[in-house]
Amino acid sequence: MTGQATDRALRGRVTQEVAEVIATRRVGAYQHITLVAPGVAELARPGQFIALAVGGESSGTLLRRSFSIHRVSPSGTYGGTVEIVVSAVGAGTRWIVDRVPHDTIDVVGPLGKAFPLPTEPVACVLVGGGYGSAPLFWLAGELRERGCHVEMVLGAASEDRLFGVVEARRSCDGVTVTTDDGSAGHRGWVSDVLPDIIDRTNAGVVYGCGPMGMLESITRVAEAHGAVAQVAVEESMACGIGVCMTCVMPVVGSDGRTRMVRSCVEGPVFRGDRVRWDAFDGGHARVPDDCVGAPKVGGH
Amino acid sequence: MVDLSVDLGGGHRLPNPLMTASGCAANGKELHRFFDVSDLGAFVTKSVMADPRSGRGTPRMAETASGMLNSIGLQGPGIEAFVDEDLPWLQSVGARVMPSIAGSSSTEYAHVAATLRASRAFDAVVGVEVNISCPNVANRGLVFACDPMASAKVIALVREQLPRDIPVFAKLSPDVTDITAIAAACVKAGAEGLTMINTLLGMVIDTDLMRPQLGGVTGGLSGPGIRPVAVRAIWQVRQAMFEGRIPTVPIIGVGGVRTGRDALEMVAAGASAIQVGTVVFNDPSAPVRVLRELCELLEAKGYDRFTDAVAVAHGR
Ligand SMILES: Cc1cc2nc3c(=O)[nH]c(=O)nc-3n(C[C@H](O)[C@H](O)[C@H](O)COP(=O)(O)OP(=O)(O)OC[C@H]3O[C@@H](n4cnc5c(N)ncnc54)[C@H](O)[C@@H]3O)c2cc1C
Ligand SMILES: Cc1cc2nc3c(=O)[nH]c(=O)nc-3n(C[C@H](O)[C@H](O)[C@H](O)COP(=O)(O)O)c2cc1C
Ligand code: FES
Repeated sequence: MTGQATDRALRGRVTQEVAEVIATRRVGAYQHITLVAPGVAELARPGQFIALAVGGESSGTLLRRSFSIHRVSPSGTYGGTVEIVVSAVGAGTRWIVDRVPHDTIDVVGPLGKAFPLPTEPVACVLVGGGYGSAPLFWLAGELRERGCHVEMVLGAASEDRLFGVVEARRSCDGVTVTTDDGSAGHRGWVSDVLPDIIDRTNAGVVYGCGPMGMLESITRVAEAHGAVAQVAVEESMACGIGVCMTCVMPVVGSDGRTRMVRSCVEGPVFRGDRVRWDAFDGGHARVPDDCVGAPKVGGH
Repeated sequence: MVDLSVDLGGGHRLPNPLMTASGCAANGKELHRFFDVSDLGAFVTKSVMADPRSGRGTPRMAETASGMLNSIGLQGPGIEAFVDEDLPWLQSVGARVMPSIAGSSSTEYAHVAATLRASRAFDAVVGVEVNISCPNVANRGLVFACDPMASAKVIALVREQLPRDIPVFAKLSPDVTDITAIAAACVKAGAEGLTMINTLLGMVIDTDLMRPQLGGVTGGLSGPGIRPVAVRAIWQVRQAMFEGRIPTVPIIGVGGVRTGRDALEMVAAGASAIQVGTVVFNDPSAPVRVLRELCELLEAKGYDRFTDAVAVAHGR
């Protein structure tokens, strides 16, 4: 066994470790942070995420914050490292982006299911909205190793909210950029440019990571153009490890029945056509009436 | 070395007093990735009802100061799947199990208890916790735990279904005027123990959207922020036992335990066992860490036996 992952971590494919911040830098509107977390680095696959504790051992902020793994280096100079890209939106993420080198953060991971990889070298389109592109470069590398033609679409509200345009040009066979305000690339949404890219490359799989609305439209476009969508969702999570049932969403199983499934363990990557997009509405997800165990009329 | 073992009834001597809290540990497999669930005194499972339940829509949580609100709506696979899959798995890893059962009518509780008793892995069960913080459909959705008569009826029916060597624990809600009245009703109806406390009813409004933050509007408040309420409830009920107003039965303390010190505080108030709930979301191996810390504290204070520390704060 290499690295410092314990036996239990290997058996459980998950570990908890106190990670040292060794680098942190501003990239547009985001903070790109590198952590020494050899256990996570050794076990992780693209599409998985980590959950960071906020504010130290006696912090009144109890719930962990989840971040897609941008990249891992299992055997760096400092031991294995894990990188994340953080958008500071509230108190927890602000605390995280304020960490300086040599500070420590308690990390649990890797969590959730990774992006499934195609068995044949089919063309793939990777679509990232804002920091949603973070896990896609690593994925692109793995796909190209398998002989897949890989194109990337990066979309954001404005240029400073794009992440990784330069890296995308280096790691993919083609890159298209869109911004809502036209400050970079095409003015508009990723769904405006996606149909042509799928058709031109004859793509078999579209991978997506970003806001829910974007994932829904990627799924629609992929379906209409004969590709399978694999999307990584972002739901509010209290535990990230499958014990609390807060992160659920309605998803159709292989038996054709809808269940409220935990996006932290059964996701965050789902086949887009399995997600019950019809149940989502402005930050809420309803329990569809045909869901297994749905409340009957007049309560349970 | 401190003797941590404790007997909560039925002759099942537990190796230590630490447990998971219902609904904060699922049914074992997930936490077993972080620590061996058989290292716990007992594993308390997610409250299970008769049929599969989807639970409520989302968002199901809101973070609060030192805690959180949840509105899960008792999502679960139903008792048949529980006894076919979850209980045998827990038995296979050597866990001592305290299943938590729930219902929306007293007959549903009885049916769940009967199915549990008839199951092939029932040997792993060391006690049954009855979550009476459920809406009673027969009484316009009033929570059983808020009504001494309804609570007593549920406990009596569950008690009838289970063998005598399986202690029944009534899990009480702090959202009542006098928790000792509910505790007395449950013990009189046959409960051999009490678990205190379930979550407190709370609410958060999202001031960006100017609407309730939870899909279910209200939710249960948990975490370190509620610990003083739990300590108070345990204290009051234990006091009533000392005064002879309630027969003395073991109390399992739960509510905001984060450290060994917090566990010891509940023990001093009268708890004979401790559950760790919400703090698991912060630290997945918290139950075994709290056990280690509690053991160190008892040792430092010169206790030979854990049970010697139970309720010592009374009369000091
Ligand atoms: C699987 C997954 C991957 C993610 N990857 C990234 C990433 O790579 N980069 C990044 O910047 N962010 C990512 N997020 C979102 C990030 O977790 C939230 O922005 C963060 O939790 C907000 O915390 P806060 O304290 O700053 O905000 P607050 O709004 O103060 O948080 C309050 C509570 O709501 C929860 N919450 C708020 N917004 C979100 C959200 N969008 N998703 C989930 N929970 C939320 C928090 O966890 C917290 O419990 C990801 C989320 C998930 C679930
Ligand atoms: C997400 C969540 C789900 C819960 N589900 C249940 C449940 O199914 N049955 C139950 O009796 N209590 C349930 N509880 C309550 C806990 O078991 C515990 O009584 C309460 O949270 C207080 O303890 P804590 O502060 O350590 O979490 C739940 C609590 C949370 C946070
Ligand atoms: S976040 Fe707790 S079950 Fe998914």
